[in-house]
Amino acid sequence: MKNLEKLLEEHNLTREEYERIKSILGREPNLVELGLFSVMWSEHCSYKSSRIHLKKLPTRGKYLIQGPGENAGVVEAAGKAVVFKVESHNHPSFVEPYQGAATGVGGILRDVFTMGARPVALLDSLHFGPLERPSNRAIMEGVVSGIAGYGNPVGVPTVGGEVDFEEEFSHNPLVNVMCVGIAEKEKIFYARAGKPGLSLIYAGAPTGRDGIHGATMASAEFGEETEHKKVNVQVGDPFREKLLLEATLEVMERDLIVGIQDMGAAGLTSSSSEMASKSGVGVDLYLDRVPLREEGMTPYEILLSESQERMLMVAREGKEEEIKAVFDKWGIDAVVVGKTTEGDRFRAFWHGEMVADVPVKSLASDAPAYERPYKKPNPDETWKESWTRERDWEDALKRILSSPHMASRRWIYQQYDHMVQTNTVLLPGAGAAVLKIKGQKEGIALTIDANPGWGRANPEGAAVLTVAEAFRNLACLGAEPLGITNCLNFGNPEKPDIMGQFVATVEGMKRALEFFEVPVTGGNVSFYNETQGKAIPPTVTIGAVGLVEDYMVIPRPGRVEEGMGIFLLGWTGRDLGSSLYLKVVLGEEGGRPPEINLERERLLQRELIHLAREGRFAYAVDLSPGGLLPNLAEALFHIGMGAELSIETEDEEVYFLFGESPSRALVFASGDLEAEVPVKKIGLVKGERLTAYVNGRKKIDLPLEELKKDWENFFPSLFDR
Amino acid sequence: MKAKIEVFLKPEVLDPQGETIKRALHTLGYETVKEVRQGKVFYIDLEDENPEKVIEEIARKVLSNPVIEDFRWEIEK
Amino acid sequence: MGNRKVRFGVVVFPGTNCDRDTYHVIQDVAGEEVVYLWHGERDLKGSRVVVLPGGFSYGDYLRSGAIARFSPIMEAVREFAEEGGLVLGICNGFQILLEAGLLPGAMLRNRGLRFICRFEDLVVENDETPFTLLYQRGERIRMPIAHIDGNYFAEPRALAELEGRRGVVFRYLKNPNGSLNDIAGIINPRGNVMGLMPHPERASEAELGSTDGLRMFLSAARYVRES
Repeated sequence: MKNLEKLLEEHNLTREEYERIKSILGREPNLVELGLFSVMWSEHCSYKSSRIHLKKLPTRGKYLIQGPGENAGVVEAAGKAVVFKVESHNHPSFVEPYQGAATGVGGILRDVFTMGARPVALLDSLHFGPLERPSNRAIMEGVVSGIAGYGNPVGVPTVGGEVDFEEEFSHNPLVNVMCVGIAEKEKIFYARAGKPGLSLIYAGAPTGRDGIHGATMASAEFGEETEHKKVNVQVGDPFREKLLLEATLEVMERDLIVGIQDMGAAGLTSSSSEMASKSGVGVDLYLDRVPLREEGMTPYEILLSESQERMLMVAREGKEEEIKAVFDKWGIDAVVVGKTTEGDRFRAFWHGEMVADVPVKSLASDAPAYERPYKKPNPDETWKESWTRERDWEDALKRILSSPHMASRRWIYQQYDHMVQTNTVLLPGAGAAVLKIKGQKEGIALTIDANPGWGRANPEGAAVLTVAEAFRNLACLGAEPLGITNCLNFGNPEKPDIMGQFVATVEGMKRALEFFEVPVTGGNVSFYNETQGKAIPPTVTIGAVGLVEDYMVIPRPGRVEEGMGIFLLGWTGRDLGSSLYLKVVLGEEGGRPPEINLERERLLQRELIHLAREGRFAYAVDLSPGGLLPNLAEALFHIGMGAELSIETEDEEVYFLFGESPSRALVFASGDLEAEVPVKKIGLVKGERLTAYVNGRKKIDLPLEELKKDWENFFPSLFDR
Repeated sequence: MKAKIEVFLKPEVLDPQGETIKRALHTLGYETVKEVRQGKVFYIDLEDENPEKVIEEIARKVLSNPVIEDFRWEIEK
Repeated sequence: MGNRKVRFGVVVFPGTNCDRDTYHVIQDVAGEEVVYLWHGERDLKGSRVVVLPGGFSYGDYLRSGAIARFSPIMEAVREFAEEGGLVLGICNGFQILLEAGLLPGAMLRNRGLRFICRFEDLVVENDETPFTLLYQRGERIRMPIAHIDGNYFAEPRALAELEGRRGVVFRYLKNPNGSLNDIAGIINPRGNVMGLMPHPERASEAELGSTDGLRMFLSAARYVRES
């Protein structure tokens, strides 16, 4: 064996971890075994820095069917199982944006259909560096095409998402992809291995050297040598994924398998050891039977390869041939590569010779868990008198609307097939997505939200605000939240400051979720999002699923008519810190993020859900980020009509027009609107201009078309010159 | 033996990809570029007694669409 | 013939992804009978209308629709078309019909080089085909498109021939992809094989934003019932 230090460094293992491996095995590990431990004990697979904290999150709820620990979480909606999860593919998307994003989509799709659910929707949360820089534009363009290039052929609509820009994402873009599927409640599949003596069937693409040590790559910082890391890039094949999806659902439908797991990070090793571990059995793998794409591959490489579009299944007794026949029909290779055994050993053989022999649990569940030292961040409490000074509100409105943070995302979402499967009741752009469930009157509402600006200023507060915003987006459609999935994106957890951000974020999520009584059903943690010591702002991405009682009567812009009233529901405070107004108009970063009173937030959301279900309003929008005026303008673009506003405020005008107080919504309704929260009628839907009188003085008077043009053209003018 | 088949759009067919690449090259300062046409190359490894016939047929029937594309091929022994 | 249901066949190639949507609309919305037709078989199972649905057959890896045309089922579809049977190609299905030579012309990459998914306004140019009996000539309708290779091309002579015989059935009101003469859908000279890039099955239920596509399936069914 070569120099041990060097070997450990290459495998991203510490000296202590190596000693631990030795004591588990009672001997020195061989190279193959070292490789197994290095991937299974990587941050990516083992959550060694985050596990003890994630346990604090609420994982029970009245709609919950399956919480964290499986390929995806499951909640019940309208008698069906809704399977969903969000996962990051940040590092690969920086190294190779197209393939990184594409394989991110592929991976999350497999997580959902291995549970027995047909994927019905994709959403994504994307964060890039500022677009003035060509390198950032290239990353964004690659990521968007990658999502389209994979999601579109597979035939799963990308129905929603969010995208934003901050300097720190230039070297560490975030690509968080969420997939939602629907299954029959009694037909959910889990990562189980059943009993000893069953065959392990490998199905899908042949194994190549793709992404060997991808899992450990996602667990280390980038240095200057990212070029060199290109060898780790995995290439996606959406065509094969589509066939794999159909074949997998068919073997499930015919009840031919006991359990199944995607061969994602750490490939064959993690899928086989995790299934075996959950069922308390051992596993034997015959590596020489694994279909290979490249010549001369070693057992080490075969065990650690992360080639895409592969599945490992445990066959029901005697069903091997039937399973193969199904996969054959779909043109997919399926071969027996091992079996479950009595005992607790994970053993791998190469032409009859045993090349690895370790306890199953040592890989799957006995990874070290660290209580890393942390230092809680001090929240940014900055507040400046100068922010409130009156300015040209027309100019401010125009600048915010045509900024990358608020401009129309149509250029992005029209590259995604968002209508395939014919369930998309509410098209992207106008709020959360709504999908119908065929054959039922109920539907599901989906949203994904993140706000790194808040995270930078106050990680704990950001987590609370993000959860509240996600649920508010659902509430605007009359949808009640059923569960969430989350992606936690941070820098290097070995640094106490970063670990402190993480701990604070988890605490914020816990507080909000316990308050709303909504469980976490799964998700992932992405650490080491830093380059040359510079970390991203802590970013919590929340994907939420809500229940729509009757998709035929949901609020939508098309239901708004001329003459309807515009009502502001909720409470307006003095929330300008970390706002778009500050960033875009005043050119200032940071500042105290909005304050939220959860009791009020709950009251507002209950009212919105109640009024929406009663059909009391035509359309409603959430007001953050951007505040009242920009969000009203955006709503009017979707509605296709102007408005005349008459606003009375005793406070500085800017709070009312551009402040980002959370517990508010703008509602379009005819007649009077009564609610259990403060209601203020601020204007009427009318004509083709946006006119606003503030305390009796005309402050805004613009043709809607003119505003809309700049809002619409931002992305096309940047990318389609 | 190895064959190389090139498939490219007929001269009279507009090539939106080539046009876009040309514009990009101009923006990058390569003003001398007059035209860009994008095509595809296929490398085929085969054992056949009459490779010319097979390659010609594959190129014509499968790899190209005669409405918009032409092709040429060569065999490296 | 009374009100007997008309049997539609929806062809499934590897990579087809609008098969289930099309099946659903024909059965649950149009109320006709429908069966899947597997690409590897030659039996049309008694279908009176064969639909080649949208998707990415064979990943669209060589050219959109290029590999699917060699499937065994396509031999049966060709014979069926030669006997006057109704064949409708939607999106990728249209591309397959072009590649198979059952319709004239070819598809190029969209002018903007990007995939486009959105509703488009179309004008009905020909209301005398079996697929457009229930439309009015000159009528404006709305249907979604979702493609990257929908830029219709035909040589000048072929294009003149197509226009001369009123072979263009649908035109875009605002050309999204660079198609010659704003062409969105065409029919063969015999009038039994039609292809279009927009998706009628995505515009067949009110909650999805348009029902303008439904009449296409209803027209074909009526034509078969009355013939």
